Amino acid sequence: MTDTQYVAPQTLDEAVGAFAAGGDDARILAGGTDLLVQMEAGVVSPGVIVDVKQVAELTTIEETADSGFVVGAAVSGAALEEHPRFGEVWPGVLEGFNLIGSTQIQGRASLGGNLCNGSPAADSVPAMVAAGAVATIQGPDGQRELPVEDIPTGPGSTCLAPGEILVSLTFPPRPAGSSDAYLRMIPRTEMDIAVVGVGVSLTIEDGVCTAARVGVGAVAPTVLLVEDAAKALIGSKLDDAALDAAAGACSAACNPIDDKRGTVAYRTKVAGVLLKRTTEIAAERAQGA
Amino acid sequence: MSESENKWIGKNTIRPDGADKVTGRAAFAADANMPGMIWGKVLRSPHAHAVIKGIDTSKAEALPGVKAVVTATDIIDFPVDTPVPLGIQDMRWMTRNVMAREKALFHGHPIAAVAAMSEAIAAEACKLIEVDYEVLPHAIEIDDALADDAPILHDFIEFDGKPSNIAGTLEHTKGDVEAGFAEADVIIERDFTTRPVHQGYIEPHACLVSVAPDDKTTIWSSSQGQFMVRAMTALLTGIPQSSIRAIPAEIGGGFGGKTIVYLETLATILAKKSGLPVKMVMTREEVMRASGPTSGSKSTVKIGAKKDGTITAAEGFYWLQAGGLPGSPIRGAAGCALAPYDIPNGHTFGYDVVCNRSKVAVYRAPGAPIGAFGVECVLDELAEELGMDPLDLRLKNAAKEGTKAVHGPTYPVMGYAESLEAAKVHDHYKAPLGPNQGRGVASGFWFNAGGESSAQVNITEDGNVVVTTGHPDIGGSRAGIANICAELLGIDYRRVSVLIGDTATVGFSNLTGGSRVLFASSMVVTESTNNVIGTLCELAAKIWDIDPEAVTWENGEARPAGANAGQFPPLTLEELAARANETGGPIGAGSQLNTAGAEGGFGTHICDVEVDQELGIVRVLRYTVLQDVGRAVHPAYVEGQMQGGAVQAIGWALNEEYVYDKDGRVDNPGFLDYRMPVASDMPMIDTYIIEIPNPKHPQGVRGVGEVPLVPGLAAVRNAIYDALGIRFNSLPMSPPVILDARNRKEAAE
Repeated sequence: MTDTQYVAPQTLDEAVGAFAAGGDDARILAGGTDLLVQMEAGVVSPGVIVDVKQVAELTTIEETADSGFVVGAAVSGAALEEHPRFGEVWPGVLEGFNLIGSTQIQGRASLGGNLCNGSPAADSVPAMVAAGAVATIQGPDGQRELPVEDIPTGPGSTCLAPGEILVSLTFPPRPAGSSDAYLRMIPRTEMDIAVVGVGVSLTIEDGVCTAARVGVGAVAPTVLLVEDAAKALIGSKLDDAALDAAAGACSAACNPIDDKRGTVAYRTKVAGVLLKRTTEIAAERAQGA
Repeated sequence: MSESENKWIGKNTIRPDGADKVTGRAAFAADANMPGMIWGKVLRSPHAHAVIKGIDTSKAEALPGVKAVVTATDIIDFPVDTPVPLGIQDMRWMTRNVMAREKALFHGHPIAAVAAMSEAIAAEACKLIEVDYEVLPHAIEIDDALADDAPILHDFIEFDGKPSNIAGTLEHTKGDVEAGFAEADVIIERDFTTRPVHQGYIEPHACLVSVAPDDKTTIWSSSQGQFMVRAMTALLTGIPQSSIRAIPAEIGGGFGGKTIVYLETLATILAKKSGLPVKMVMTREEVMRASGPTSGSKSTVKIGAKKDGTITAAEGFYWLQAGGLPGSPIRGAAGCALAPYDIPNGHTFGYDVVCNRSKVAVYRAPGAPIGAFGVECVLDELAEELGMDPLDLRLKNAAKEGTKAVHGPTYPVMGYAESLEAAKVHDHYKAPLGPNQGRGVASGFWFNAGGESSAQVNITEDGNVVVTTGHPDIGGSRAGIANICAELLGIDYRRVSVLIGDTATVGFSNLTGGSRVLFASSMVVTESTNNVIGTLCELAAKIWDIDPEAVTWENGEARPAGANAGQFPPLTLEELAARANETGGPIGAGSQLNTAGAEGGFGTHICDVEVDQELGIVRVLRYTVLQDVGRAVHPAYVEGQMQGGAVQAIGWALNEEYVYDKDGRVDNPGFLDYRMPVASDMPMIDTYIIEIPNPKHPQGVRGVGEVPLVPGLAAVRNAIYDALGIRFNSLPMSPPVILDARNRKEAAE
């Protein structure tokens, strides 16, 4: 039995300092919707908890001059939902994020926490991967940027070095005719974990898909960026042949396990089905916009 | 009593527990606290099956802050060769379930318990207990337990002259099934499996126990029977029942799962040893690993019929998992399976199979949904084979007044056929279906129960009423009792407070189970209230100086019984209460009965589903429960029971199952991965209340709460068949199962 120290630094530098000083036993607290559950279950017993919700860079949503967005890593699902513009531009990222937990959880859960928890089934991550979001990381040795898909390295682990804190997620500017979508398969209708999750972001010009990215969750040790599925979509009119090819590529990219949430065969098949459905929703949004 | 004559019976009065629950005042077991209280924790077996060769608790006892440790040696043993029945339980198995004795029989089986100054110290102390295990091979599934080389859980159990995991059997026979099948034009025989499912009560087991130096023991706990808690604790600790006061907390769900003790015995012994009050609260994980689900099963059901649909014979063999100790609900499976039907030749047989899972507990109509599943699936196929509407096939063979059931009784008046007829003409049954949609029907039966109940009805000095009964209220019994008492007294129901007494304040009352509570407790409350009315009439007679027989009680007032009795202004309840001191003293009456006449209940369900053929997801679109409830004393609560039972059936049918790893450990011990339905999964469940009063009850009450779980498994399954053309004979029908079957069907076509 050890005591846990709690600190709530006001600045990013203080947060990095406290986190680095805490060593291996330190944990970042954003919403706490994973950390507190893990502590309650006895999975982790942190020496230091660094609460980052007082740090401005982690809690603000900024729309950049070129209509991109920088979203603080600790911004809650409820706060992002209330932003007047973010959901218009990135409806898929927002819907993936808002699927996490209950209304109460949405008041706490964050994109940064969802990403750094390292779950392959994290609901916000496939859509962020599809969006081409870039993570800004601050550590004792300075700042660096990484594509979201490069952050998780396996279930429960990330490439963040000791003392590094995820600060924000940058979503790039979008050309006209762009949108995104996220769908997940769960046996129930809510309060569940994705058996498969698919995020698709695309751009359509004159009925032709000119850009696409596909992120797939819960089918491999980390959320996958499935470039072959995107290639099958790009240049097509999203006709059945293109969707079938993309679905095939999506299923082919899967490297899942049999577990209590689904079988290999089921996940592989469903990844393709969801790719088609998600693409159709994203395309409808892109053309409606 | 007809509807028009009733002021309160049949009305949706405001529930007596409502204000406390919506404002957070209701006190559940985990809300109980005492000065000086310490915390108990259970050390549980890390193995699914192991001999316990030794337990060394010395390091745990030496840990600062630890106040007491218990192991099986502290609990009274009941040797395995002499049955010690208590209700449907046997204390031989109960003592081995609350604490492993010779063997750990499942992963999570209690091995020892510690009480310490904090939960953290107690948890730390559990880790310091050294247990010497001889790990044995385990058997989780029925076929594993029945295999020739199966690990034998109990060397004292024999079947067919050999050591076996078959711990018991039960058989019902009527007529000659062989001759009956010989008469049949069509015979259908199928094999089925169902999975163990948990009751899923939201409130985990919890208790607080204080034992004084003179052994006077007070237990606050969440249970379906304070008298059951007292009796089991007395038997397992040796403290006499007269020294134990068991106080029922408000209960956060039970569904049968709280009809036995888990923690109370351990906390009592820890409290006695430490001299301090001990509180214990299970985690959800402990609930899922170590409290009882209902059985998983396999079964074979065979039904034969003539071309016109007349059933000539039916037979069912059922194997039910008991968990680590004997006692699966084979009586419910074998007894209820054929109960809705008038069958000349019937035979059912149940096997009680022990395996290395947590010991099963009662779950809402225990065994009956398993029994009905196979029968109602075969009937669906039979109807198709015969070209009959499935409701018509059931109607043709429906049991009615005078039918002798395969499980024994001859039925009095009851409303099974009425539920089928109501289903046939219901809008739901005629509504059009869209693509990928299907409709299924099924019926079910539950015995219902009577038994011991006690009540006290007291008139307060200001002329109001306090009723005390002895049953934890899990389904609206307080509201029902208030309606009945107010009706009899002819006063506003808000003047009647209904309380649940503890074991020291009300007479013995058997536990809340078997859909018995409103049936039985309203009988004793009716008797008590009528006695109170008799007293009130006597008091009025004394005031008027006339014969008590010349006084009648009407609309809450004593009145002279006609012109010959004399001319007196009526005396109200308030007036009589105010003058009680001068006319005779306190006004009240108690009643204790061993009630009989709880007749069985029948229901029919209609289910519509839509199947997402690419994902294998089944959504229930519309669901209607039609049931003979005898008398709906509080219709909203009756509807709630019908809806809740159906929802539990839908969960059982579609997604609920325990996932075991290769070492025999539950891999999904929580609601995230043990997938009970959430509210958004369900349509509003429609209800159709049929009231054919039970002639053996003063208000016509029949048990309501358990029947609505029974038909649901097959209703969902038959609907999926209608949508997909695939007959699933195993549960759950989860998305991977549906998709796999659909893909195989597509490949075959």
